[in-house]
Amino acid sequence: MSAGAPPLSGPAKPQAKALNCPKCGAAITLRSFGQAETVVCGSCHSILDAKDRNLAILQQFEIKTSDIRPLIPLGTRGKLRDTDYEVIGFERRSSKVDGITYYWHEYVLFNPYKGIRYLSEYNGHWNDISICKQLPMADGSSANYLGEIYKHFQTSDADTDFVLGEFPWQVRVGEHAAVTDYVHPPRVLSSEKLDKEVTWSIGEYMYGGEVWEAFRLPGAPPEPVGVFENQPSPVTTNVAGAWVAFTAFAVFLLALMVGFDMRAKKEPVLHETYQYHRAESRGETSFVSDVFELAGHTSTVEVKTFAPVSNHWIYLNYALINQDTGQAWDFGREVSYYSGYDSDGSWAEGKRNDAVVIPSVPPGHYYLRIEPEADPSLPSIAYTVEVTHDVPVFGIYGIAFLALLAPVVIISFRAYTFERSRWSESDHPPMELSNMSSSSGDDA
Amino acid sequence: MTQPAANCPNCGAKIVFRWSSSVQTVCEFCKSILVRTDVDLKKVGQVADLPPDSSPVQINTEGQYGNKAFVVVGRILYEYDQGGWNEWHVMLNDGTSAWLSDAQSEYALSLSSKAQNLPAVAQVHVGQQFTWRDQRYTVSVITPAHYRGVEGELPFQYWDKTDVTFVDLRTECGKFATLDYSDPEPALYLGEFVEFDALKLKNLRSFEGW
Repeated sequence: MSAGAPPLSGPAKPQAKALNCPKCGAAITLRSFGQAETVVCGSCHSILDAKDRNLAILQQFEIKTSDIRPLIPLGTRGKLRDTDYEVIGFERRSSKVDGITYYWHEYVLFNPYKGIRYLSEYNGHWNDISICKQLPMADGSSANYLGEIYKHFQTSDADTDFVLGEFPWQVRVGEHAAVTDYVHPPRVLSSEKLDKEVTWSIGEYMYGGEVWEAFRLPGAPPEPVGVFENQPSPVTTNVAGAWVAFTAFAVFLLALMVGFDMRAKKEPVLHETYQYHRAESRGETSFVSDVFELAGHTSTVEVKTFAPVSNHWIYLNYALINQDTGQAWDFGREVSYYSGYDSDGSWAEGKRNDAVVIPSVPPGHYYLRIEPEADPSLPSIAYTVEVTHDVPVFGIYGIAFLALLAPVVIISFRAYTFERSRWSESDHPPMELSNMSSSSGDDA
Repeated sequence: MTQPAANCPNCGAKIVFRWSSSVQTVCEFCKSILVRTDVDLKKVGQVADLPPDSSPVQINTEGQYGNKAFVVVGRILYEYDQGGWNEWHVMLNDGTSAWLSDAQSEYALSLSSKAQNLPAVAQVHVGQQFTWRDQRYTVSVITPAHYRGVEGELPFQYWDKTDVTFVDLRTECGKFATLDYSDPEPALYLGEFVEFDALKLKNLRSFEGW
């Protein structure tokens, strides 16, 4: 339809403009092809009207320190979101909270087709920022942007105290704006109120390394200090999800336990009470029990010992012996119980009963060989030995349970401490912290 | 469709209208502002040199809006205290005329819309809400602007303006509206913000070094 359109007599290809500062004569490059409103002379710090052919001086400011230097030099090009951007402006801003001044830096990025973006840096934490095209809905405690809820983090006054290069708005040193941040890591939604105009921007957290890579900067980025308001948590696992998974496993384990408990025969095969007499125990004291049968399949055998000792011990050397094959399981069990009174009151130690489970005993005819030893001061005692075939073993479930619980607890703890560090810097510090600080603007 | 053609009454150059409903155009050679009458073209004014411009869009830039192709046929250039912006007059391939506004590379596409009881400029304030076509719009900024110049074809006469007020309204869903107080009767434009990449623009200007 537009075929055969007449040739264009359009303007020449725009070029970066080289001019001189009307104040000090230093060279000034206008990199944004006329998008800039103001440009700041790098040598005398005059703020100049970039729209004016003669670069009229709008403001001059004094710098108190000489160490304010952009980490990314003006004119550097880098690739962000698959688009080339050139750094055309830099400003330092400050905010006073509870008597402490915080400084952060903002970089103006330019692409002639895609327009302006911003990068901000605070203590080694970076954000890739653009102006919101949609209008967020905000109340005091939260904001909704594109259907996502952002929590109010902080409201503070931001001053501009150092500027360099080009800005697409009328920048002035000393100007202050009311800045409100709402966070939904890794994003931050900010409203900036200057006079009557409110500008909303949306930022996404960037690591220093990503910025260094994007702009191919030499050296290493500054190490980030602390946790930033919208820094993504290192705990990438969904904590609630981990608990749900853990609960599901725990229920599964419980079901297994119940199932195996119901399947276990728990068959009593021996129940005897024996007498121990010290007077008789010179020489060989061992004896054997009646023979009992372990029927069915290879399974567990539980041996329980009960002795009504009081401030004594009795030690039993057991051997479970297969009458058919001679295979033997040797084990020793001690039963002891001590109690008394001291300056702290009454105390007790040990137990009068003992239980042990022997795993994987094949079926067959068995007997126990028992060799008792006892406290020399114990003249005689009656003790009971009880053998049960095929008992469920629950210890393994406990280990499994703890093995599953430990990582979930660790994840939860790490997530909690990270979020605590994040919010301790906000207008809504966690409880314990807000109690300690004198001022608290908590409206949560 | 045949393209109506005529000659510039000032310099005699051939004037081709790409859009049959164009009311006004600017002669590419002598910069005369020409208005169509029933019989011929009448010179009504002259465009001063337009200031250097940073828009990547130009007359004849082609693009895509939804499933419709468009071509840029004209523009109005405005200035305000924070810079300038372009209202590019585009012709969609279904014959409708629309506006692609480019304010520091923030792009929005809007169409002239009819609505009853548009507010007078003195009655509008920031934060005020209006509902048009079941969509609620909030006044985000009121811009006193300065008419700076025109280029190409326009759907109406627009050349003797000085100061004009624009009211921008936004929504929570990317829709956008403008109230244009260029004329005694306010004009409403409804549209939406569009991503540069989504417009699939061709025939853009090139920038030295980019």
